[in-house]
Amino acid sequence: MTDAWQPPAAPAQFAFSAENEARARTIIARYPQGRQHSAVMPLLDLAQRQQGWLPPAAIEHVARFLEMPRIRVQEVASFYTMYRLRPVGRHLVQVCTTTPCWLRDSDAVVAACKNKLGVEFGGTTADGKFTLLEVECLGACVNAPMLQIDDDYYEDLTPEATERILDAFARGEKPAPGPQGGRRSSEPTGGPTTLAQFTKDG
Amino acid sequence: MLLDQDRIFTNLYGYQHWGLAAARKRGDWDGTKAIMDKGQDWIVEEVKKSGLRGRGGAGFPTGLKWSFMPKQSDGRPSYLVVNADEGEPGTCKDRDMLRHDPHKLVEGCLLAGYAMRAVAAYIYIRGEFHNEADILEAAIAEAYEAGLIGKNACGSGYDFDVFVHRGAGAYICGEEMALIESLEGKKGQPRLKPPFPANQGVWGCPTTVNNVESIAVAPTILRRGASWFAGFGRPNNTGTKVFCISGHVNKPCNVEEAMSIPMRELIDKHAGGVRGGWDNLLAVIPGGASVPVIPKSICDSVLMDFDALREVKSGLGTAAVMVMDKSTDIVKAIARLSKFYMHESCGQCTPCREGTGWMWRVMERLVKGRAEVSEIDMLLDVTYQVEGHTICALGDAAAWPIQGLIRHFRPELERRILDYRRAKAA
Repeated sequence: MTDAWQPPAAPAQFAFSAENEARARTIIARYPQGRQHSAVMPLLDLAQRQQGWLPPAAIEHVARFLEMPRIRVQEVASFYTMYRLRPVGRHLVQVCTTTPCWLRDSDAVVAACKNKLGVEFGGTTADGKFTLLEVECLGACVNAPMLQIDDDYYEDLTPEATERILDAFARGEKPAPGPQGGRRSSEPTGGPTTLAQFTKDG
Repeated sequence: MLLDQDRIFTNLYGYQHWGLAAARKRGDWDGTKAIMDKGQDWIVEEVKKSGLRGRGGAGFPTGLKWSFMPKQSDGRPSYLVVNADEGEPGTCKDRDMLRHDPHKLVEGCLLAGYAMRAVAAYIYIRGEFHNEADILEAAIAEAYEAGLIGKNACGSGYDFDVFVHRGAGAYICGEEMALIESLEGKKGQPRLKPPFPANQGVWGCPTTVNNVESIAVAPTILRRGASWFAGFGRPNNTGTKVFCISGHVNKPCNVEEAMSIPMRELIDKHAGGVRGGWDNLLAVIPGGASVPVIPKSICDSVLMDFDALREVKSGLGTAAVMVMDKSTDIVKAIARLSKFYMHESCGQCTPCREGTGWMWRVMERLVKGRAEVSEIDMLLDVTYQVEGHTICALGDAAAWPIQGLIRHFRPELERRILDYRRAKAA
């Protein structure tokens, strides 16, 4: 394909920004003295948020920062699914298809995503705006089907709502996350059956 | 039905603010110092007497677990670790506690941590709960600011810290030893027990790992008394519980109810009933993906508690009730769970690493009926070869849903095989 997305090349150098370096020091201070290796996961997250993904230079930087062997950082980065060892699009669209979502027709949400974005799972749109991924249970099962875009959950989805959300992101907007069918959170649709005094609106 | 006055999570749905001022109005942080003044042993005894069993799935008595922690330090500090790595498919209760009622958890950390003589609590929250973790961190900051935790917490003279540690996407880190490894900055692969965490947990120090809900209910139990909590549910299955009702119901929801509530009452009262009516029910997975499925005939009368569900060869697990009506392809529903376990196996133990993939591939063929009838028993046999032969319970969790399927839906599996054969011959 001639119009396929060209991922950015891996940078030769990486270092935390001054702001992130300060954040990294705060994070390390949460753990007992001498246990700074515990900070490897939050520091990888910081690096990823700064760079958009985790190129080898970022992994090396985190290893040096924590005085850890590079391979120990690499094996953490490659173990957990939230670390991106290859570049991804500007927005990460992660659709849950595990049984509770599947029972509520996540297949239709998947189809809407593939149709709208024109990519399969693992694919990135030609303009580099979206990467589409299939993920396992995200823990919002009573609001199924759902997907996550970047840090936010979009819940109680229909194919129409899914397309509307993706359209909004494509225009550079960020639609309100949460349930899309009108309810507040995990209460039954139409209003809670419990907690009468605690669930008055306003 | 449980009365509202006896519900612990009064802001479960987030109609009110999560912050300290609103939480105090709901009763949180009320007389915390007075509870601490009653002493560490009193707190452990009271939680024991309440009958509280761990809310993360295994149902181990919480007070007893706390009592395993050393009363005298040998020089090493002790830690409380809270498991907020909620990821058992069907389960989304901790999420509501973290984002809508976080002060219950923070106060629970102090009381539980004090009772087990811990110096700090680390709350390990799944990385995908980004916004929930932000709220939790803000609640912790409020509690520090108000002097409720930190140096001289609540004016008790006891110093206690609370920290948040974010995961990065690994179901296995909900297993306590994998969680500890992860907290130490390693890949989340479970450790063999013994040594148990109470002897050698995080950083080689005495550690107790508890589920969010187990810790978040503790302050209310201690305020209202063990006998109040023990008054709900059947003996050995006491208290209130947040249930997650998902799948083919008219109104999927989370709801706090009394333990031992009949499953049908739970679904009908709170979740608007089964789609198409109770008679349209096919089966329910009653406690998160790991517990065996049960057919309608059992659902008609089963109670939602540890013992009742164990008697019918299933389990309460996390109390995540996945409802499937008669339109469900039950084989596919279970096959999808097999894929989940294959994806989440950490790869450390061969029976699990190889077995989860093998079981999933056979399950995929069974969905289409592209198998021999004899393979049903072969599959069952393999589930027993995986179960109990791995370091952690993920292997068991991968085996049980398939065992439940074969136990209750063998005729459906056989029918598909024969249909496939017939279609192929034609």
